[in-house]
Amino acid sequence: MQNEAFAVRADALSRGFGDRWALAGVNLRVRPGASLLLAGHNGAGKTTLLRILAGLLRPTSGSLSVVGLDPSVNRQAARRHVALVAHQGQHYLDLGAGENLRLAAALVGAAPADAARALDRVGLADRSSDPVRTFSAGMRKRLAFARILLQKPDVVLLDEPWGQLDPAGFRFVDDLLGSMCASGQAVIVATHLVDRAGTLLDHGLLLDGGRPTWVGAASDLPAAMREATS
Amino acid sequence: MSPSVLSQTMTILRKDMLLSWRGRARLVAMLAFAVVTLMLFSFAVGPNAEVLQRHAGGYLWLALLLSSVLSLGESFQLELEDAALEGLALLPVDPRALFFGKALANAAQLLVLGVALVPLSLVLYGATVQGSWPALIGFIALGTAGLAAPGTLYSAMTSRAKGKDVMLPLLLFPLIVPVLLAATKGTNLALLGDPMGQIQGWATVLGCFNLVYWSLCPALFGRVLDD
Repeated sequence: MQNEAFAVRADALSRGFGDRWALAGVNLRVRPGASLLLAGHNGAGKTTLLRILAGLLRPTSGSLSVVGLDPSVNRQAARRHVALVAHQGQHYLDLGAGENLRLAAALVGAAPADAARALDRVGLADRSSDPVRTFSAGMRKRLAFARILLQKPDVVLLDEPWGQLDPAGFRFVDDLLGSMCASGQAVIVATHLVDRAGTLLDHGLLLDGGRPTWVGAASDLPAAMREATS
Repeated sequence: MSPSVLSQTMTILRKDMLLSWRGRARLVAMLAFAVVTLMLFSFAVGPNAEVLQRHAGGYLWLALLLSSVLSLGESFQLELEDAALEGLALLPVDPRALFFGKALANAAQLLVLGVALVPLSLVLYGATVQGSWPALIGFIALGTAGLAAPGTLYSAMTSRAKGKDVMLPLLLFPLIVPVLLAATKGTNLALLGDPMGQIQGWATVLGCFNLVYWSLCPALFGRVLDD
């Protein structure tokens, strides 16, 4: 990581699509080892914000620094430090789970043994050679987490990490969040499950119509949301 | 330390070849499409053996060109399924490696298709190779490489567009007229013989086209993948 106090720092980050602002004036500070809960209704701008942080979208205005790098300018360099688990699995469905992970390992410079370990950790070691097309949505989500474990990024972005998972998967994600923060990774989670996330994460940011409407401790966010909607 | 561009290119190439093999039913369908196209040309021209033999190279290249649209379009459809391309884009992959890996895989598939179509063309059109077999294969290799480089770029550009099935040939066909012209002329010379020594010139045209587009397209590919 570069010499930077914040793993993620954004100032007045905005993104427009045509004449609509999906994100407007968002400021963020996330330190290494800290976690941030992004909440808000559908269309509030959570996914747009995560995609900008991941370097998949360019902001229309504002400044962004991810481990000291601007993903809009140093896209490839920034991607060594950031990973995103999105709604879709981002897998090749006709490849096996192991093949997908070994592909990622070869591209990031990790050893094939690391891929096998990551697959084991997410509980898919016995399905390594099965095509991902035959996997359930929850298994695909677990495979996406395996890629994060393989990449070991400084900044982890998770979009609805509990979505499609069973109770054991919920516990796996809870444990993973704890271990990632403990190892110094900055974690940003966008979810509607604010009660669960509020007990696990440090800070909270509520978005409404792309604008930040509340900032505070993640544990206070559920109450703030109820107050905002009452 | 990140892998080199060459290493990443080989990884992407292997992945694309593996995906092609897993989806080989699509390759068989593409071959069948090309064969049907070749047959349609012979039906359209009629039982004029001399015309069929004289234009065998042209029919071969038109069949290859039409089939290439299916192949090139398909290569990015696989990338969009489950947002797999986005997954690659999230990794620190050099866009040039992504281009070279995919374009080489497309070129290899088209080369195999082209070589498979040669004996079928010879049988269907009653042609024989009076020129040179190595030159014939060489023109198919140069021509398919010439289709693959801009084809891969345009396939990426149109993969998320509305009406992508129309957009790809609409953008690609005007651009690859020099490839079609040079490859057809060269193939015909390789088939019918080259008494005037023209084959070198057409090979040079194809070589130059490849040089330009295999240099230009990788540089543009990163912009195409951007939002």
